[in-house]
Amino acid sequence: MQMDFKNEVWVFIEQRDGNPADVSFELLCKGLKLSDAMKGKLKAIVIGDNVNEIVEQTFIYGADETIVIEHPSLKHYQTLPYSRILNELIKKHVPRIVLFGATVIGRDLAPRVASHTKSGLTADCTDLQISDVKYLKQDHHNLLLQIRPAFGGNIIATIITPDVPVQMATVREGVMELHPLDKPKKGKITKLPFTPDSMDDLVKIIEQHREDNKVNLKAAPIIVAGGYGLGTKENFKLVEELAHTIGGEVAGSRAAVDAGFVTPDRQVGQTGVTVRPKLYIAVGISGAIQHRAGMQESNKIIAINSDPDAPIFDVAHYGIVGNATEIIPAFIDVYKHKLK
Amino acid sequence: MYNSIVMVKQVPDTANISGKVMKDDGTVNRAKLPAIFNHEDRVALELALQVKERYGGKVTAITMGPPRASDILRECLFMGADETYLISDRKFAGADTLATSYVLSEAIKKIGDYHFIFAGRQAIDGDTAQVGPQTAEKLNIPQITYTEEVIEAAGDKVRAKKKIDGGYEIVESKLPVLLTVLKDVVDPRPFSAKRVMTYKNAKSLMDLEKLTEENSLLYIDKLVHEYEERGLYIKTLTMDDLNLDVKRCGIKGSPTKVYKVESVVLGGGSQQIVEPTKAAIGELIDQLMSDHIFG
Repeated sequence: MQMDFKNEVWVFIEQRDGNPADVSFELLCKGLKLSDAMKGKLKAIVIGDNVNEIVEQTFIYGADETIVIEHPSLKHYQTLPYSRILNELIKKHVPRIVLFGATVIGRDLAPRVASHTKSGLTADCTDLQISDVKYLKQDHHNLLLQIRPAFGGNIIATIITPDVPVQMATVREGVMELHPLDKPKKGKITKLPFTPDSMDDLVKIIEQHREDNKVNLKAAPIIVAGGYGLGTKENFKLVEELAHTIGGEVAGSRAAVDAGFVTPDRQVGQTGVTVRPKLYIAVGISGAIQHRAGMQESNKIIAINSDPDAPIFDVAHYGIVGNATEIIPAFIDVYKHKLK
Repeated sequence: MYNSIVMVKQVPDTANISGKVMKDDGTVNRAKLPAIFNHEDRVALELALQVKERYGGKVTAITMGPPRASDILRECLFMGADETYLISDRKFAGADTLATSYVLSEAIKKIGDYHFIFAGRQAIDGDTAQVGPQTAEKLNIPQITYTEEVIEAAGDKVRAKKKIDGGYEIVESKLPVLLTVLKDVVDPRPFSAKRVMTYKNAKSLMDLEKLTEENSLLYIDKLVHEYEERGLYIKTLTMDDLNLDVKRCGIKGSPTKVYKVESVVLGGGSQQIVEPTKAAIGELIDQLMSDHIFG
């Protein structure tokens, strides 16, 4: 089936209390590359109330056109009205690609919209590319390759959506790099009206609590991350101590988060945050692909692990084989001594 | 009184993958993987059982999967589910989340009579978190994802606490509603020893068909009837039992296709071994200082 597409790439711009989510702009930057590769247009979709500032920012990251739906009742994200708006827009304009941040909101919204529009959707992609594809003896022009680790990280899968018009994907924060344009695009703003629907009110927000002091791993120049290999929460404190000594942020692998050693907002990897610090120290982390996907572009990587065959050593610049409970205190001791 | 349907899934234990599981071509040999009850779905069942204890009603656990998935339905019975359904057919195989939610939503329409649908937020084999919202959409009912607590149900409404980025929300939804739940909000109850004794012999249609293959004196209709009478029948829905468009099921009904699968290629390579001695660590720190990473 070869259809005639406009090759538009759409990015859903997420806002919380009027603040845009970083991941949405990261996706615009990636979307610009994808739309260029297909010679199509990049469009941002902004839903909310009083979102002028966000709309202006979309042009810094490459949007050719920004579709705006503003209404006081759209101030906070709600599944039903937001998905209804996107469903109608997508059915009317048939973009080739729609990207969402893999946030709590994106992961609530994208599947609902994909289901309604019968689109393909791939979660937590670590890379997106445009390519011509031969699949089951059929040639497909300009398909979206949706690349992600799968099956416990033992394989990397490339997913395609060859037979439906709209290809959708979610991507975690930090995976795509942010590149503001030197000169913002002179993009078009299209404001569309919002008509409330009786179904919109089936779910009401009664209260909302948000804490501001969010951990910002992405901005940290030094990160010390611990894994399940540390064995106990007590041993994990060594990671915190080392981070404190050298002025770094504490992070953890998914296994360390699951074991309760560290909070989920500090998880590095495919289902956590992707980081590119100047220095990343991985302690007791075996280095499954999902973890490496979130840290392997760090400038310098030190791996400390008692298993010399741990895959983390394959991405590390410096490897120390041994017991973390001995190596970290030694590291701290030597470091403090050097500073004197 | 509120009735709940709980969507559960049997998943490969991806946390315990050993060398033997990977085939030479780099693909995964699913048959070699131990199959387990997806933990978040067990938490979902616990929340449904708590709703039943607070307000009365019925808890029905359903799963779509191969015949061996009846294992986790028995576990649901051990925990306290009143009724279970295995949704199984070769034509459902290879389904992505869209095709899966289509079959599940049609099964739920057939089962009917529910106020709540509970599901784990995501399954550990795909981590997509898509089947819950997609099933809600197909049933045209609201959803509350990332649920942390069911606060109170009253009349045709429920209040729940849900996670949002950087905090939480209290929301009120009209019933029926689909809720997906986070893994550590409650501890699922252990199996009841009494229920294990009662339900360890519960069997699905495919389990019973296997018995008739082994013993030609048994007749399937009679067996099903007998197990129903004893309350040990895991209700089984196949393609023929549901009002389904075959083009929307299984691999045919799945818009996403796996185009390529690669074994993981390791990058890096500039690795330098540092001895675990204070002298060697000192040299490393000197190096990082001269690179302006430290200091």
